[in-house]
Amino acid sequence: MSSPIIQLDRTARVYRTGDVDVHAVRSVSLNIQRGEFVAIMGSSGSGKSTLMNILGCLDRATAGAYHLDGVNISSLTRRQLATLRNRKLGFVFQNFNLLSRTTALENVELPMFYRKPLMALRSQRQRAMQALERVGLADRLHHRPNQLSGGQQQRIAIARALVNEPELVLADEPTGNLDTRTSIDIMGLFQELNDSGITIVMVTHELDIASYCKRMVIMRDGNVISDTPTTHRRMADEERARLNEAERDASLDSPP
Amino acid sequence: MIPLLQALVLRPLLTAMIALRALRRNALRSILTALGIIIGVASVVAMVAVGNGARDKIQGEVAALGQNILLVFPGSKRSAGVNAGMGTAASITLQDTEAVRREVRDIAGLSPEVWTSAQAIASGRNWSTTISGVDPEYISVRDWPVARGAMFTERDVRSAAKVAVIGSKTANELFGAINPIGQTVRINNIPFIITGQLSSKGAGLGGDNQDDRLVLPYTTVMKRLTGEKTVKLLNIKITSADRMETAQAQIRALLRQRHRTPAADPDDFNILNQKEIAEKVASITGIITLMLGAIASMSLLVGGIGIMNIMLVSVTERTREIGIRMAVGAQGSAILLQFLIEAVTLSLLGGTLGVLGGMGTAHAIGKVANFQPVVTADSVILAFSVSCAIGIFFGFYPARKASQLDPIDALRYE
Ligand SMILES: Nc1ncnc2c1ncn2[C@@H]1O[C@H](COP(=O)(O)OP(=O)(O)OP(=O)(O)O)[C@@H](O)[C@H]1O
Ligand SMILES: [Mg+2]
Repeated sequence: MSSPIIQLDRTARVYRTGDVDVHAVRSVSLNIQRGEFVAIMGSSGSGKSTLMNILGCLDRATAGAYHLDGVNISSLTRRQLATLRNRKLGFVFQNFNLLSRTTALENVELPMFYRKPLMALRSQRQRAMQALERVGLADRLHHRPNQLSGGQQQRIAIARALVNEPELVLADEPTGNLDTRTSIDIMGLFQELNDSGITIVMVTHELDIASYCKRMVIMRDGNVISDTPTTHRRMADEERARLNEAERDASLDSPP
Repeated sequence: MIPLLQALVLRPLLTAMIALRALRRNALRSILTALGIIIGVASVVAMVAVGNGARDKIQGEVAALGQNILLVFPGSKRSAGVNAGMGTAASITLQDTEAVRREVRDIAGLSPEVWTSAQAIASGRNWSTTISGVDPEYISVRDWPVARGAMFTERDVRSAAKVAVIGSKTANELFGAINPIGQTVRINNIPFIITGQLSSKGAGLGGDNQDDRLVLPYTTVMKRLTGEKTVKLLNIKITSADRMETAQAQIRALLRQRHRTPAADPDDFNILNQKEIAEKVASITGIITLMLGAIASMSLLVGGIGIMNIMLVSVTERTREIGIRMAVGAQGSAILLQFLIEAVTLSLLGGTLGVLGGMGTAHAIGKVANFQPVVTADSVILAFSVSCAIGIFFGFYPARKASQLDPIDALRYE
């Protein structure tokens, strides 16, 4: 078996606000293999986002070790972390975090702008278009985020996360702001990506969203309290069909 | 080679594109921010142009005196650096004039000059003008040829003839389109025949219009109009520039000797050397230009502070954007470059508009003033490089602040 892409060894993160120490992540030891699709769950304030930020090299652990792809993250400079985020990681946030007055296409091109060496502008454009096609937004290239629905915005964010061909996609409550149907679409997209070999770690509050993943990690008070494979895994296609049926029934039942 | 090209050319170019986009999104604010620089650069360019124009005009006037000219004024005493004013005492006689002509070597031409002002009447028109009394050599000494007709002659001088050569403006005022040659002009009720008309020369050193005058034999003016016995000015043309100093020394020695000035006393006359005048004028106008430029530079400084202020606001406003860029892999240096280029773009935009505004202002000043401001290439280049430097200097702090943001804090910023 190859070495895990993520290796956490008693990783901790303490926020020091004034005199009080907040132990957002106390001690998490966790291995995630390539090709896994992991849901991190837990109540509000249990440290999920904090852990995700550490995994995404946006934040550093205050204790313990984190190896990403075999590299000890704590030994890297700010500059090296930026390069790592650019080449190996893709982020999807609950609030999308798109550049608001910039088109879908330009938003997706953004990671390539910081890629070294720079690609030819034409191939940048081409790749961005392919990524948008992959998330089903080929017809919205020149729309700005405020001209798009929440689900469409999240797809742009996913296209942006994919465009540099990352090994690991990190999503913090990607469906948190979306309705049921759109959430199913997004999860379907993640399942496709995962099938194509990308490792995905996502945070969610909802059990039915988590059940689209292959593995569920539950946190409480900064610790992992449960780590199990998903028992009744949902598949987006089936769920979509079921939802369609339910809606049809509802409209038949309703009085004319 | 390729990475170097990318680092030095392509990436800054792309970054400049982003910066331009950001500036265009806030077009009004960008213009208002640049306004400080616009005004600063415009005033520097305009002020320096005004200074240069004034200098050129005065230098032109000095040159218009004629080549290799010495001017000898009577009476002024340069004691303790205080100039009592030229021509305040009458001390140069016609005998002095003849002695200079006879005894000083290297004189190419010499003309005494006297003047007064009077009403000139011709063909029913009445015009107040300057009456100059000179020698026929005057026109060659001052490089001032007659445009039509002829200068009066030596004989006219000897006989104090009632003849006159008319300046172009005076001719226009008195005769309009009529050819003044052969016409009569009356001064103090004495009729003078006009023999010639001087070519046009424009404003003189004192700002008076040199073309507004009647030029008569000096003897005529002294005997028939003023009754004066001394001259107010000696115009002396020296054969070549390198003889100027010795000639000046000779004239001085001669006049002191003739005036019996004791060795310890200062001169009772004053010799002005054209070169000296030019130098003096250049140094004065240089100081004026410098002062105008310095005052204008203050507004450039204020403009720079305006840029810094807006860039700081912009960095705060766009904290989220910075966070997003960092999350997808932007290094601090890329963020620094982006904001720095934005600041420099703003200041260069201001510089460009400012140069145009300054040229416009200079042009407008030229319309109302009696000289033409001169916008020089180096003042434009200077204004550009200064505004670029201001962009870098005042943009650096905000840009650095942006580049040092923590990605997480920036992403969370509301
Ligand atoms: N920047 C910070 N400074 C201080 N404390 C913080 C900071 N960020 C998070 N915390 C604290 O750390 C703990 C974990 O926060 P975290 O955001 O990781 O929770 P979470 O599991 O993502 O919650 P939610 O489900 O509500 O998003 C919380 O108690 C929070 O108050
Ligand atoms: Mg959270």
